[in-house]
Amino acid sequence: MKNVKILATAAAVAVAAGCAHMGGSGDSEAQRAKALALMKSSFKEHGQAKLDRLDQDEVQKTCSQYHGEQVIPKDVAQKLEAAQLASIKYPADGKYLGDWKAGEKIAQTGVGMQYSDDPKNPSGGNCYACHELTKAEVSYGTIGPSLYNFGKIRGFTPEMQKYAYGKVYNSEAFSACSNMPRFGAHHILTEKQIQDVVALLMDPASPVNK
Amino acid sequence: MNRTRPAALGIAVVAAAAAFGVLAQKPDDHLSKSTAVQEIEKYRAALGDGNPAELWEARGEDLWKQKRGPRNVSLEQCDLGLGAGVVKGAYTVLPKYFADSGKVEDLESRLVTCMVNLQGFTAEQAKKDPFGGPGKKVPMDALVAYITSQSRGMKMNVAASHPKEQEAYDLGKEIFFFRGGPHDFGCVTCHGNDNMRIRLQDLPNLTKPEDAKRAYTSWPAYRVSQGEVRSFQWRLNDCFRQQRFPELEFVSPASIALTMFLAKNANGGVFDAPSIKR
Repeated sequence: MKNVKILATAAAVAVAAGCAHMGGSGDSEAQRAKALALMKSSFKEHGQAKLDRLDQDEVQKTCSQYHGEQVIPKDVAQKLEAAQLASIKYPADGKYLGDWKAGEKIAQTGVGMQYSDDPKNPSGGNCYACHELTKAEVSYGTIGPSLYNFGKIRGFTPEMQKYAYGKVYNSEAFSACSNMPRFGAHHILTEKQIQDVVALLMDPASPVNK
Repeated sequence: MNRTRPAALGIAVVAAAAAFGVLAQKPDDHLSKSTAVQEIEKYRAALGDGNPAELWEARGEDLWKQKRGPRNVSLEQCDLGLGAGVVKGAYTVLPKYFADSGKVEDLESRLVTCMVNLQGFTAEQAKKDPFGGPGKKVPMDALVAYITSQSRGMKMNVAASHPKEQEAYDLGKEIFFFRGGPHDFGCVTCHGNDNMRIRLQDLPNLTKPEDAKRAYTSWPAYRVSQGEVRSFQWRLNDCFRQQRFPELEFVSPASIALTMFLAKNANGGVFDAPSIKR
């Protein structure tokens, strides 16, 4: 009897803790399931964009719950980052730097993965949509931080090259619920393309570091 | 007139873009940036004097009064939310629950309902051409332009009090914060923070009343770059395309729920559309 009581209490605490982790403003699991069902009945496949794009992975599920004043709890964030970090595939030959000129082109172009895009063409990274990178390009967004002088400020070290590669590959590994797409993990950019973008950030000759 | 106007606007756009380019040469200088923004606002105000959306509004008024469909009747008895035939101010109360359809409806959805119930079109026919394109002018865009124009200068006043309306609002909120697809994007990615830009385009924070009012009351809009009046349904459809989601279906329940969330957040804002945008 006593054991049952303890179990019941433990269960109640677990439920309360679970609720606290759900975040949002009182939105519940049931509410989110209802919204997803509504979305599934409201979108249609178009070209390469199939309905499975509405199936969220753990990162998307978690990050959809925290917004505004609902900040992701530290332990949840750390767990999420650790799992994403473990999934990063670094280049087998340990080479992180490609061609910064090719990287600049990737940073400029935003095509790829929209249902209006031809999936046969390579995707862009569209870095300038959110980041300042070079002084030559004044049309840059401010959703992400300025990356001007990225390598110059942080040092042109192999460790920093590796970090930059990992960040572009999977930004969630370093900053839970970042707005930045996981370019490698989600196969938006190829290994070579990420190396080129890393060169744009880390090559001393790149205009980013001028 | 229909032909010359967009051409003249095109020149104005190039001129304004060039002016902005010069002003934006010093990106570190905050003062020059705000001057650039002021210049763009001036340019927009100048465009507003001759908004080609008026052509859509005029065509929409004709279509509203014209006998159409298998039953050969007009839409003049359509209840848009303020009673049968009331167009003035109707857009300020939408989306809204309608007892006759048993659904929460936005303007576009309500027009489909009236085209079916009054004019005898099938739902498929009524929804067939939701958006215009090159060489294709569609009745829906014109009707939307006309009806929304009749709320210009009036305050947004969405009730969201009926349980079905509240349900739509809550679901719309979930959809707004829903991140997914290959890029992990949601509406919130671009519209959840203050003072953000994508490239040089300012992004309203739609979770804040002031931005929500300003943004919502500026749709529909004549898009200079496309030469079309774009409805709110189009706006949502194109946002999800850029989010890399599948295609949002015209007047789908999710589209209406999201509209309810955004429209109610804009309550109190003075409606000022069809507007004109780049």
